[in-house]
Amino acid sequence: MADIRFIQGNEACALGAIYAGCRFFAGYPITPSSEVAEMLSEELPLVDGVFIQMEDEIAAMAAIIGASLAGKKSMTATSGPGMSLKLENLGYACITEVPCVIVNVQRGGPSTGLPTSPAQADIMQARWGAHGDHPIIALCPSSVSEMFTETVRAFNLSEMFRTPVIVLSDEIIGHMREKIVIPQEGEIPIVNRKKPKVPPHEYKPFKGEEDFVPPMAAFGEGYRYHVTGLSHNEEGFPIQSGELVHQMNVRMHNKIYKNLDKIIKNEVYMCDDAEIIIFALGGAARSSKGAIRHLREEGIKAGLFRPLTIWPFPEEDLRRVCSRAKNVLVVEMNLGQIVFEVERVLSCMGVKIDGMFDSSGEPFTPLSIVRRVKEIFQR
Amino acid sequence: MASRYEIRLSGSGGQGLILLGIILGETASIYENKNAVQSQSYGPEARGGMSKSDVIISDDEIDYPKAYNVDFLLALTQQSFDRYTKEVKKGGIVLYDSTLVHSPKEGDYRLIGLPLHETAVRDIGKSMVINIVSLGAIVKISNIVTIENTEKALLKRVPKGTEELNKKAFYAGVSLAK
Amino acid sequence: MGFNYHSYLREKMMPHIWCSGCTHGIVTKALIRAIDKAKFDKNKVVVVSGIGCASRMPGYLDFNTLHTTHGRALAFATGVKLANPELHVIVVAGDGDAVAIGGNHFIHSCNRNIDMTLVVLNNNIYGMTGGQRSPTTLEGDISSTSVYGSIGNPIDVVNLAIGAGATFVARTTTYHVHQLESYIYSGLMHKGFSVIDAVSACYTAYGRRNKQRYKSAIDMLNYMKNNVVNISAAREMNSEELKGKIIIGIFKDSLEPEYCEEYQKMINRVKNKT
Repeated sequence: MADIRFIQGNEACALGAIYAGCRFFAGYPITPSSEVAEMLSEELPLVDGVFIQMEDEIAAMAAIIGASLAGKKSMTATSGPGMSLKLENLGYACITEVPCVIVNVQRGGPSTGLPTSPAQADIMQARWGAHGDHPIIALCPSSVSEMFTETVRAFNLSEMFRTPVIVLSDEIIGHMREKIVIPQEGEIPIVNRKKPKVPPHEYKPFKGEEDFVPPMAAFGEGYRYHVTGLSHNEEGFPIQSGELVHQMNVRMHNKIYKNLDKIIKNEVYMCDDAEIIIFALGGAARSSKGAIRHLREEGIKAGLFRPLTIWPFPEEDLRRVCSRAKNVLVVEMNLGQIVFEVERVLSCMGVKIDGMFDSSGEPFTPLSIVRRVKEIFQR
Repeated sequence: MASRYEIRLSGSGGQGLILLGIILGETASIYENKNAVQSQSYGPEARGGMSKSDVIISDDEIDYPKAYNVDFLLALTQQSFDRYTKEVKKGGIVLYDSTLVHSPKEGDYRLIGLPLHETAVRDIGKSMVINIVSLGAIVKISNIVTIENTEKALLKRVPKGTEELNKKAFYAGVSLAK
Repeated sequence: MGFNYHSYLREKMMPHIWCSGCTHGIVTKALIRAIDKAKFDKNKVVVVSGIGCASRMPGYLDFNTLHTTHGRALAFATGVKLANPELHVIVVAGDGDAVAIGGNHFIHSCNRNIDMTLVVLNNNIYGMTGGQRSPTTLEGDISSTSVYGSIGNPIDVVNLAIGAGATFVARTTTYHVHQLESYIYSGLMHKGFSVIDAVSACYTAYGRRNKQRYKSAIDMLNYMKNNVVNISAAREMNSEELKGKIIIGIFKDSLEPEYCEEYQKMINRVKNKT
């Protein structure tokens, strides 16, 4: 019989993690993500997994990297103020190519901001928050079911590409309860990191294969290798050579940007005949869908482009979907962030781009978006 | 029922409105194979002040998770009655507590006043079961889910040992609405 | 015949970055001998570090080695050990790394009592960045950020470890090489979180600025030799007599519930119930 539940997005995230094979969680209490930690503190011991509440957000991020190096799939969850702290070691996970998942249930900011209200103002932080050049994968679930499935996908992508993956949720999706049918075992394929096939003396822990991704041995398996946050060579040892450093950075970039077909995922809703396409993600996408329902009832041809993968940005898909539209409206719960990326990608296409921004902590109502679309058409 | 049905449960913190919303959502999604979404306001509001919990039930996919065109409003305080009746759609239902809401204002909605609080105190002996008495009344009046399925969801959700008490409260609410 | 270090070193990583006169190499060798004596399987040893001169040590060692971010080594190590308690996890850190930027992790690692060993290579200065004052710089001493003399009491790593709940705490110096090896060995064998405060010397960035005490790198070792007081003798001395002295010895050695074991017990208890 199907396992149907009526649970919060944060709880679905925790269950998705277990399903994906997560056996290590380190966290620190923070609203509005704490339910992820609370549920995993209950669930992980039942599957011989480890839950630990660390002394701070920085330590939690460090611990999941350590655990991943010791062979466990690992995760942490937080919100804006905690995410700011995790960035230090997020960069470390990028350069050392350690798979792990970071959940950011976005709330209002800056700083302490609006702890119990939603926002989508950490989109650029997700991309560029950690210093230095680094690729990142960030996924944006829009329902309780997707909190489950996108968490599974986050683990799969992190394992496939040896990279940290951010689940960029928001308070609307994290806290709302919704019907979810829990997938059966085997229903969603689970990816595990590739292991070295060579004997230890031949192992180069940072030498990419054809897909640019190096195989990864766990500590204790007999491959005694070095891991450092310094720029390093294929063997993992620090280097000064500018050329080698550049090569390493380019390979890390390529492993994401040359595998886009495995990473990009969008929902394209009623866009075929759409004159106006709304670009929105997460909680704002649900308001936008509601608006499209009303607009279509009134005969206005509106559609939705909703990225489930926001980083890397779905450039080609967006261009293709918007090729016939006259207008694009970017709806985001911030003062304008992803709109600049949309403008960059759609420039020279002759499409008019508008933004609808709000940082009040109140979700957009469908009717407010309907009004905005009508204004655009009456202009 | 094809389209979305919006229920807003409003009152003050401590009246158990979130649990009430969860039971309605569970009934619809687990026992009736419908879609349901429940959300609530967090923060200081949820600590003794105003409290609200929205439940959307639909056969279709539910997009926007909050109520904005309310089909059914439950108001358990005067303050919540005054604040949320504006968002009730034309012809919607407003169920209020006839002792806690002293001046119910008429509007483009069907107004129903019931002694929910009084029933909880007098018939069940616990003011805290006002949410379960309300549940019975909401289900009976709205017909949005069946009484039998709601009973199943209710009994699964409440703490062990309190099943009889809650069942009694639930059917007291159903009877009130007859 | 002397001890053969070759099989424990990544010799292609030589020469190391440490200056002449630095005594971090002495700690490195003492650690290697202690691990050898403990007969640990090299494949099961993980050496973790943060940032700083001391933190370069793992790169030279032929184990599983993890060179992390500044101050965070203990937090990374916590993840490694909890994920696989079979591993022998050793953390090496400088004084700034361990008790300034890493102070919070230090306190909570001591308190948690996970079976790991922390060796603090305590040379009273930020050497790698050019000799800035550290939390263990002695009062009145000159550094590149305390050019008129350091103000305030240095942090006592041993007292901090004991206060926070570490279950094995010892201190000695890089002059007392056999004792250093012995304390590290005891730390490795101890079930629980052990802290060894290893007094080290940085002549380049610290000694040279404080000529009133040190005319040469050798003077820094002589200072250790001449100014140590054993903990048992120290108990009979007053604070005036202890001024400028380095108290060495085993300050605490107690068996208390270890985190990984307690966690496993919890799992067993919970799973038996369900």
